[in-house]
Amino acid sequence: MAVTDTNTDALTIAGKTLSSRLLLGTGGFRSLDALAGALTVSGSELVTVALRRIDPGQHGSIVDVLDTAGVQLLPNTAGCFTARDAVLTAKMAREAFETNWVKLEVIGDERTLLPDAVALLEAAEELVDDGFIVLPYTNDDPILARRLEDVGCAAVMPLGSPIGSGMGLLNTYNLRLIRERAGVPVILDAGVGTASDAALAMELGFDAVLCATAVSRAEEPETMARAIRLGVEAGRLAYRAGRIPRRLYAQASTPEEGFPEY
Amino acid sequence: MNVVLNGEPTTLADGATVESALVALDLPGAGRGVAVAVDAEVVPRGQWAKTELHEGARVEILRAIQGG
Repeated sequence: MAVTDTNTDALTIAGKTLSSRLLLGTGGFRSLDALAGALTVSGSELVTVALRRIDPGQHGSIVDVLDTAGVQLLPNTAGCFTARDAVLTAKMAREAFETNWVKLEVIGDERTLLPDAVALLEAAEELVDDGFIVLPYTNDDPILARRLEDVGCAAVMPLGSPIGSGMGLLNTYNLRLIRERAGVPVILDAGVGTASDAALAMELGFDAVLCATAVSRAEEPETMARAIRLGVEAGRLAYRAGRIPRRLYAQASTPEEGFPEY
Repeated sequence: MNVVLNGEPTTLADGATVESALVALDLPGAGRGVAVAVDAEVVPRGQWAKTELHEGARVEILRAIQGG
């Protein structure tokens, strides 16, 4: 019987084929060297980057690091609290990075960093109309995910739990509903704390996992990058393999037939 | 000419362009990973040298950082 090969199990987003189902966020690494090391180990081919005012004390160029690694850039709109700011930031990113891809974030609350659903949908629609490939960071809300797909987003990226919290997947019921109903790739974005979280998302049928903090702030980022990469691969294989249904009681795996009478 | 450059009141020579603002930030000929907006409108890279600023212009010059 054939064994599914992760190497032939590519992910396609907006016509772009990716052989890795792990997207790496670049935030939180202690240095560009630490980022470069973890990036290589992760195998990620689509990597986030942000824009901020020039800091005269900044050394090195993250763009050079990512270009050397040969990865595609996914600019984000992190820190934007209004649709207007997010749209303008996306346009700045398009100019800066020469890509029309954007990880759209419109944050509604500083404490939780949860998305502002209304502003997110508004910004998504405007950016899609302007020709952007929009990957929105969204709540774990199946209806909002559907609305984002309806306005033309190339994928939806629900959170497992708040950004940087490492709490894993808090509402697997909603996440499962999002996956079942979506006609575009579904990427778990935010909340991954360790490899098993990534594996669980993939076992639910998610198409990919995006994580940053879990790797960048781990005691050993490169080791965690490898662990999460393997978690993504293991979860994907398990999903493809078709897990057994859960049962309330035991089911003997050794046949009863032929049991001796002593 | 007085402009607001990345939130800071800044004096530039009359007739200064977006490129002049980049020079003021020690970024002449900045490459990939830099973007400029004047009064909340993106100025494409090819327009930097010929886009003149005006008194009171709000100039934002952004650069790639780690994030997301």
